[in-house]
Amino acid sequence: MSQIDNVSRRRFLTGGIIAAGTLVLGVRYYHKLSSGDKLPHDTNADHATLHPSVYLGIDPDGTVWIVASRSEMGTTSRTTLPLIVADELDADWKRVKIEQALGDSRYGDQNTDGSHSIRSFYDAMREAGATARFMLVQTAAKQWGVPASECETDLHVVVHRSTNRKAGYGELASAAAKLPVPKREELKLKPKSAWRYVGKGQVSYDLQALVTGKAIYGMDARMDGMVYASVEHPPVLGGKVKSYDDKEALKVAGVRQTVPIDPFQQAPAFQPLGGIAVIADSTWAAFQGRKKLNIAWDNGPNETYNSDAYKNELRATSHNPCKVVRNIGDADAVFAKGGKAYEADYYVPLLAHASMEPMVALAEFRDGKATLWAPTQNPQAVQDIVSKELGISKEDVICHVTLLGGGFGRKSKPDYVAEAAVLSKKTGRPVKVVWTREDDIKFDYYNAVASMYLKAALGTNGKPTAWLQRSVFPPIPSIFDVNAVYGDPAHLQQGWTDIPYDLPNLRIENGPAKAHVRIGWLRSVANIYHAFGIQCFTDELAHAAGRDPLDYLLDLIGHPRTIDFKGVEYPNYGASMDAYPWETGRLRHVTELVAEKSGWGKRKHGKGTGLGIAAHKSFLSYVATVVEVEVNDHGEVRIPRVDTVLDAGLVVNPEATRAQFEGAAVFGTSIVRSGEITATKGVIDQSNFQDYPVARMNEVPSQTNVYIVDSDAPPAGVGEPGVPPFVAAFCNAIFAATGKRVRDLPISKLGLS
Amino acid sequence: MIQFKVNGVEQSFGGEPEMPLLWYLRDVLGLTGSKFGCGVGLCGACTVHVNGQATRSCVTAMREAAGKEVTTIEGLDKNGLHPVQKSWMQINVPQCGYCQVGQIMQAAALLNRKKKPTDHEIDEAMSGNICRCGTYQRIRAAIKAAAGEMT
Repeated sequence: MSQIDNVSRRRFLTGGIIAAGTLVLGVRYYHKLSSGDKLPHDTNADHATLHPSVYLGIDPDGTVWIVASRSEMGTTSRTTLPLIVADELDADWKRVKIEQALGDSRYGDQNTDGSHSIRSFYDAMREAGATARFMLVQTAAKQWGVPASECETDLHVVVHRSTNRKAGYGELASAAAKLPVPKREELKLKPKSAWRYVGKGQVSYDLQALVTGKAIYGMDARMDGMVYASVEHPPVLGGKVKSYDDKEALKVAGVRQTVPIDPFQQAPAFQPLGGIAVIADSTWAAFQGRKKLNIAWDNGPNETYNSDAYKNELRATSHNPCKVVRNIGDADAVFAKGGKAYEADYYVPLLAHASMEPMVALAEFRDGKATLWAPTQNPQAVQDIVSKELGISKEDVICHVTLLGGGFGRKSKPDYVAEAAVLSKKTGRPVKVVWTREDDIKFDYYNAVASMYLKAALGTNGKPTAWLQRSVFPPIPSIFDVNAVYGDPAHLQQGWTDIPYDLPNLRIENGPAKAHVRIGWLRSVANIYHAFGIQCFTDELAHAAGRDPLDYLLDLIGHPRTIDFKGVEYPNYGASMDAYPWETGRLRHVTELVAEKSGWGKRKHGKGTGLGIAAHKSFLSYVATVVEVEVNDHGEVRIPRVDTVLDAGLVVNPEATRAQFEGAAVFGTSIVRSGEITATKGVIDQSNFQDYPVARMNEVPSQTNVYIVDSDAPPAGVGEPGVPPFVAAFCNAIFAATGKRVRDLPISKLGLS
Repeated sequence: MIQFKVNGVEQSFGGEPEMPLLWYLRDVLGLTGSKFGCGVGLCGACTVHVNGQATRSCVTAMREAAGKEVTTIEGLDKNGLHPVQKSWMQINVPQCGYCQVGQIMQAAALLNRKKKPTDHEIDEAMSGNICRCGTYQRIRAAIKAAAGEMT
């Protein structure tokens, strides 16, 4: 009865995903629950009359329950994945009710990052819908005594046209539930011409709740008898409490007690950071009490970390030979001949996520079980870390997923949820841990700081005859293994080993860097700095060669071909190279199209204005972006217009996709204008939006035009791929407008604002 | 005892007068529509109306609310269909949505004093409200749509 299926077809290691040596298995179908059976994590879909899939249930009143097994942080995946089920079922969207899944491995992978929700679950969602439709059609055919092949479905009904009979899904549900669940081979998926919702899209299922304040985020979770906690963490990563005095803290009205939390055991992974928690009757009392704590810290070895000196170390490393991660021909031999060579250093600092909702979680530990309400991108990781921290089984960790007030990768790392669980166990009460914005900025898992060195020898037409690129950054695996210093294939692939240029001599290297803060995934991850380095260097070479940047970029991309990664460890974001080959023709196409849409070469530009272009593939989507900037005599930068073209294969929800790319331009604006985290003696210097500013309405593009290439290729990512080309195109536009090269981000260092 | 009104209902508060209004609304009244984003008045997620003015409730002490009329998103329109809320849905503004309540309260206050704001006036009024998802382009469009609706 049970059929174990590798639902997500996921991979060993990908852009936004934790290393896991096993395939991610999910139970696709399982037997109907008999009355009285109760799974620990059941849903209304589980209890519905017809229940052929973990993702779906149909009740006799016609209600279709669809389970959203992945987290909603603004990408609309909670709506778009169920929409695929509804389409294949031929269901009336108005009669669909979406329920949020708890953390449970039966859904397959639930780690909502890496821009792969649609890609990895498109087939599983279709199969869920098609399975139910198959059973409903069989049932109606049997009741009418006609062949099933003569029956079809229309909106929420099965019809037999020649006898003009129809039956609603609800009335068929009970009889359909008695049929065996069909095998996948028996299913017939709808042809594209019959798609109702896929490719047309739908607004967020939660739209009304979102504009009326009724939507429930982690910050809004409440339960009877809960207390509030605010935690003073060690200011330096790996630090410990030497001693503390809580007398003044306990005098604050509403403060109940203080509770020490153990420091983590190396490596940090998703363990709580440790420190002293103040437990109180309100959030504000907990914040106030915390200010009165007097703690002496042992800062540990990271106390020597200063980001200025660290930057110099990274740069020095990048100026010497490093580990070769891809090689074609012999670049050194060309450089050795002398002749015209061009070189440049690029630098991107640590970046913080700064989701609008700071880290927060509510936990109740009772009778050996932990129940959690958390805005998490990764509820199964919550189960893992909480079971370890509390010494209970994973099955005894029940993780409810609330809406997320932004995630951007930060909320795939559930240290804050574990903190709530530990405090509930220690206090014997439900505890809601609320991080302040200062906690969020100072105790993030930062996007890696990266230094890149690029060198090219130019031939007669200015085209590179040899190309060398080195990147040095503290790698994400350092949070799992303190000795990890080299980039791993999953992050080197992000715009570095997969440089799409047709070059005769190419050497790609990566150097070591030890982490002194927690490094983690942030929207677009390593693609941010890699695309910045390569796409800005390309622009520099175009100008050095006296060529138009667009023509030069197209010349480097070369003729349409499939990139051969022989000899390169290239995970391809976990997708097969057969289904998702690296096709330079698609990158070329979006580049040509964005040039056309933006009027490249056709618009007149006055003093202080200019256009920049960049093209980049990430998360299996091809994107090209043109940014227009205006810079006045005071160095104030405006962005009147952005044009971006994407080829993400099949796009299920175009409106939501356009919104992701509009947002990506804003996210990229923050990175370029002001994104910088620094540290002094191991302590993060920034704390809130006054010193870690993110883009506001008066600083963002006035108009972002998003064009989606119509494609029948399998679906690829849309949440992240917009950021990297925007960042590079913006910097190239600044050069076009001012003649100033942006090699160190953010641009505030250049006196621009 | 501090006396004031929240969404038209008389309230009295005898606790710490320095406690910000935001925590009273959220932790005491359970009105969780107004959000905590920065705690220092820099992001606008906590925006409510105090006597009709857009106000950052995270830096407004309870003593400052005495005698005032506070309106939160829960009281903006009893059916949740204020012109700004309607245009927000028409233009499909929210992504994660966390900041949107504050954005809506800020926009509603703007349109109360300025029937047809220019782009510049919209930028000026809205630049205190951060949206990390980056929905600003749609916010601007939705304000213009609501302005049309309100005249």
